[in-house]
Parts: sequence; structure tokens; C-alpha cells
Amino acid sequence: MTVTTAPDRPVTGETPLPPDTAESPGHTRPALLMMAPFLVLYLLFVIGPTLYMFLMSLFDTSLVRPGLGSFAGLRNYTEALGDAAFWASMWHTLWFTILTTPPLVILAFLLALMADRVRRGRWFFRLAFFLPYILPSAVVALIWMWMYTPELGLLSRMVTALGFAEPSWLGDPDLAMWSLALTTVWWTLGFNFVLYLAGLQDIPRELYEAASMDGAGPVQQVRRITVPMLSRTTSLVVVLQVIASLKVFDQMYIMTSGGPNFSTRPALEYIYDVSFTDFRVGYASAVSTLFFLLILAVSTVWVVLTRRQEERL
Amino acid sequence: MDRRTLLRGMLAGAGAAGLAGCSSPVVAGLANTPLDQGTVEYWDLFGGGDGVRMQQMVANYRAANPGTPVQAVTLAWGNPYYTKLSLATVGAKPPNVAVSHLTRMLTLQRGNLLQELRPEDLARHGMAPEMFNKRAWEAGLVDGRAYAIPLDTHPIVLFYNTDICGEAGLLDAGGALKPIEGPDALADAFAKAQQVTGQFGATHGIDADPATCWRLFHTLYGQLGGEVIADDGTRVVLDDAKALQVLEYLRSLTVERRLMPGSIDYQGAIALFAAGASGFHINGEWEISTFQTAKMPFGMTLVPNVFGGTYVVHADSHTLVLPRRDDQTPGQLDLSLGFVKALLDQSMNWAEGGHVPTWLPVADSEAYRKLTPQSNYAAAADAAVYDPPAWYTGSGSNFENVMGSAVGAVEGGQLTPQAAIEQLRSRLSALAALPSPV
Repeated sequence: MTVTTAPDRPVTGETPLPPDTAESPGHTRPALLMMAPFLVLYLLFVIGPTLYMFLMSLFDTSLVRPGLGSFAGLRNYTEALGDAAFWASMWHTLWFTILTTPPLVILAFLLALMADRVRRGRWFFRLAFFLPYILPSAVVALIWMWMYTPELGLLSRMVTALGFAEPSWLGDPDLAMWSLALTTVWWTLGFNFVLYLAGLQDIPRELYEAASMDGAGPVQQVRRITVPMLSRTTSLVVVLQVIASLKVFDQMYIMTSGGPNFSTRPALEYIYDVSFTDFRVGYASAVSTLFFLLILAVSTVWVVLTRRQEERL
Repeated sequence: MDRRTLLRGMLAGAGAAGLAGCSSPVVAGLANTPLDQGTVEYWDLFGGGDGVRMQQMVANYRAANPGTPVQAVTLAWGNPYYTKLSLATVGAKPPNVAVSHLTRMLTLQRGNLLQELRPEDLARHGMAPEMFNKRAWEAGLVDGRAYAIPLDTHPIVLFYNTDICGEAGLLDAGGALKPIEGPDALADAFAKAQQVTGQFGATHGIDADPATCWRLFHTLYGQLGGEVIADDGTRVVLDDAKALQVLEYLRSLTVERRLMPGSIDYQGAIALFAAGASGFHINGEWEISTFQTAKMPFGMTLVPNVFGGTYVVHADSHTLVLPRRDDQTPGQLDLSLGFVKALLDQSMNWAEGGHVPTWLPVADSEAYRKLTPQSNYAAAADAAVYDPPAWYTGSGSNFENVMGSAVGAVEGGQLTPQAAIEQLRSRLSALAALPSPV
């Protein structure tokens, strides 16, 4: 017997609601009432500002002038789409996402797998991998700036002691993004690690027992049981990671200020620069809207993807 | 004491603290109530040695004026500071007195965020235009009206390690740096210092530090008489030949001759100099406190006249401004101006932190003249070149980022001078073509 079929219970451990609860009449009003505080806050602080952003993107709104300013139509959008600095910042965001997402998913999976197998001191590995995640971005940035400092930093000493010429970690435009990606992987790995660990613990042990009785080795077990059983966790991790990476700002703002020579300025820093430094809120709103559409597109892909998985289960 | 008593006690304590805290900025902000009349709320952007010194000066004011509470708030330098100052003023909750760089003051004024400082009000507090350094005072005028009280001029200067320079034969009999003039003389001095240190001749911040790169470029380019933009920033007048000369020179120091590291950040450049790995360091004079604290032997002097034209050096001025407020009462105005004057009167204290005082009663005093190495570069105040006026220029602005990033890329060897000029021209043209948002 080979174990390739899905088990007969949902893997995430959720028990589906009895069908009558959701549909029975008379429950809508109390439900809405219970949700009202949240809905009000949501309208006030999420939907409202988002609509206002769309509105401002059509005007020459200034940060320091009252009102919306003169009507610009789609001029802000055409300016953004025709500006090399805008495209460069979008590419930097995308490049950062490409550099960080695969290691953050694959490494998190491998480390979770190993931590799950450890018999003794499992708490230590969980803590060790998760600890960096709870550090504030400014602290992480400071630690890594010390490591990357040319001539004096820890990495510099290590590399030169081994007899190599020291790379300019944050000063070389070709390398700076890789350095930032490395910092980010170290810092944020813990979150995905915990998600995978939870997913691993949901896999029934009997599957492995049955598989090993049938002669499946450890590698086969991982390939045929663990990976397929974790597919929902993986798609969740991937999309959360892609969205998190697209929203990168802190570490770049603190560690490189978007440099050297703008080579690591992400989309959000571009928005920050034009809106807060240059006071051009209308134009910044147009750029934000374009960026919002990009993230929306990614999220839509996730919804479609998970819906297909739901159907298969 | 059981748990209930403890809880009750804590609640009572919290309530009392809440009532007592009515005049604190936090409570005033959360409850949207005005601070007590008669309080001076003051915002600055000083960190490091400057921050400590400014706190002393505010403490001195408090001691001398026990009846006037001062709420002093320090915010992070650069964009975050100016954003908060602008938004607080637009939101009708500005501080009474704020620090602004002279080069950012103009944009604030155009955004209608500043109060005019009328001569009669200033005179009432013993301040008159002729009591300030002329260049700094005039840089703060808009259509002949004053909007900012200059506190200092802060140029970039040349720090030198006296031990290293002595060994390299660069000091005169009095222990001061022998005059350096011309591109070759400066490079030679760096080379001699490098022979002593075995590492570098000089350092300045390059990575993630466009401001320092711009300041150095602006100094050398200004010595050639070059200008970058004109007509309030609507026209790019970059002189390719002059810019090329400066960029090629800077590149020769880092890339070709390796007298300076082409990749080092602000803190790293300071650390190398403080550790004796370089003989010279180019930076703002405000870092004097850092090297005093490091207890290293050093002197300070003007950045040399490299290209032999009329001597100029990049500088800015810290100024004191009164953000616009519609509820300004004459009494509150007098309190604010009195506070401003009290800070000016402590210019000697401020000058010890490296800044060249603009308040002439101190700048011309015997005590300041005796203050070394600070007074060695006092001439910088009269040779200061500021950022050119435009809505997108000034301390920490995108203009400085655009200029400094290109210069840094040349010094790091990633861009050729020619390519850097093309990049500058294209980015500056884009900025110049935009309508002003203020």
C-alpha cells in the first residue's frame, strides 16, 4: 500500500460548522450587532482612508495646504508610469520579494521539520528560531549594520581572516539588496517556522507508522506524506510572505536609506519620499494606489489558489 | 494587603496621576486640550553631543525663569522632524518655538507655516538684525521680512589627528596644521598621513550618507564658482565641466589612489578616524563632542581651498522659528521670544559644541576667540554656501539625496563622473519641472 490519498479529516483541525447555524433565520441581526464595533472601526480607519487615497490621487494635493488642491485628473498616474524612479522602486520591491520568499519558505520548512523531530530540547530550537522575529526592526537593523560595517564589522573581519577581499555589503549597489535579504531572512524566518511547526503537528502520526511498516524511508515519508499534507500551510505561508516582502520598508530605510545611489529604495520608501519629504500627497496617493493594486492582485491569486485546494479536499 | 486593596490603591494612584498630568503634552494631545497658557513648548532635532548641550541650555532657562514651564521635545533629525513640524502646524497644534535649518525654513515659510518676526517685537527683546552674522541673517529673509533667528552657522570642516599629522610632518611649530591649498597639496597631505596610519589618509561618510557627499561636493564645486539650480529651482544650470573636475578629483582620492575608503558609512568613517586608522576626517563640526569623548588628539580647521577660486564652504544654520498659530496672544509671543533670546544668550555654550555662533556679542567676544579649535574655522560663517533655494532643497531633502547619491556612487567607483552627471541632469530636470506643492 502506498500512502498518497488524503486523510478523511480536515488537516487544519477546524471542525466545519453545522450547516444550519449559518443559514438559520433570525441570527443575522445579533451577529451584525456583535460585529458593529469592528465594522465601524473598519469603515472609519480602513475603507474611509482608502477611498480618500483614491480621491487625492486625482488632485494635486499638498501636505501643507488645506483642501484637495487643483484637479489633476489622471496626470499623477501618467507621471508615475512615465517616471524611471517609480519603476526602479517597484522593481526593487519585486527583486527583494524574489530574493526573500524562496529561502523564507524552504528554510522555514526544513528547520521546522528538524525541530519537530528533535526528541529533547525542542523548546530550545523553537525559541532560537523564533526569537529574532520578536525584535523590533530598528534593533535588527542596528545589529546587522554593525556586522556589515566595512573595515570594522564582524563579517569584514571574518572574510578578511579567511584571506578574501572584503565585499562592500551595503556599499555596493549589486550586493546591497542581497545583504538586506540575508538580514530579513534571519529576522523573519521564525514566523513561517512556527506556522510550519503547527502544520506538522496536525499530521496524524499513524500515517507515518503505516508508511514505515510498508517500508517507506524517511525521505519518502517527507515527500509522500509531509509535503502534500502541508500544502495548505505552504500556500498560506507563501502568500503571507509575498505580501510581507512587498511591503518592505523599515530595514532599508534604516540600513541604506534606499542607497547606494537609490539601488535599494523600495516602493514604500519612494511613496514616503514624495509624500512626506516633497509634500506631494496627491502624487504619492496615485503611486500608493498603483501599489495597492499590485498587492490586491497577489492576494487574489491566493484566494483562487486556496479555493482550488478546498475543492480538492 | 489583599489583592482588592492593592487594586483599589493602584486605581486611585492612576487617577491622581491623570489629574496631575493635565498640563503634560501627552495628556493634552490625547484629550485634545491646549497646554496651560504660559508654557513654552519647544521642539528640536538635536541628538548626540548637540542634544546634551541643548538640554543644558533649556535647563538653564528653566532655572532662570521658574515661572515659565518649558515643554521640550526632541525628534529625529531630517525628514521625520520636518514632517511632524509641518503636520502639527497644519493641524493647529504646533509648538511655540521650533528649530529649523535655514535651508528648510524657506519651504516652511512658503507653506504658510511660520510667523513673521516683526522688527518691533524683536527689538522689545533686544534683538536687531545688525547683531547677527550678516550672511546667516540675510539668508533667513523672505522679501525683506524675517522668519527665522539664526543660532549658528554649521559648516563642514577638516578634522585632523595631531599625532598622525605631526609624524607626517604636516604640522607647524605651534602644532597646528600647515596651510593646504590646491588639489595636489590636499592629496599629498592625505598620502603622507596614510603612510603613518598604514590604512587611510582621510575618511568621510559615503554609504547611506548622501548628505555628507553633497556637502563635500558642494564645497569644491562652489570653489569653482559652480551653481546647480537657479530661479528658485525651476532651471538646472549644472556646469558639466566644473562638476566633472570635482567628481574626477574625488574619484582619484578613493578609487585610483585609495587615500580614502570608497565604501564606509557615517559611523564607520568616524570610527576609523577615532581609532587612528586615518589622519583626516571631513564632517560637520558638530562631531567635535564625539572626538572629545574619545579622548583622541585632534584639531579642526577649514576645509582647504582646493580649486583656488573665492573661498567657500558648504554650511547650514540652525535657526529658531515660531510656527504659525491663529491663537497667538501677545503674552505668549513675548514668552516665546524671551525663550529665543535666552538661547541666543547661551551662544557660548552652543559654540563649545562646535557651531560657529551667529550672535555677534558672542562671535566677536574675546572668550570665543580663545576657544580652540572651535574658533579656527569661524571664518566659515562668512564663506558659507547654503543649499540653493527651491521647494525641494534643504537639509535632509530629496535634492540632497539626488546630489549626494550620485557623488557617493562616483566615490565608490560604481559610476563614472560622466554617467553621474547624466544621472544628475535627468533627476534634477524632473524635479525642476514639477509645480511647487507649497
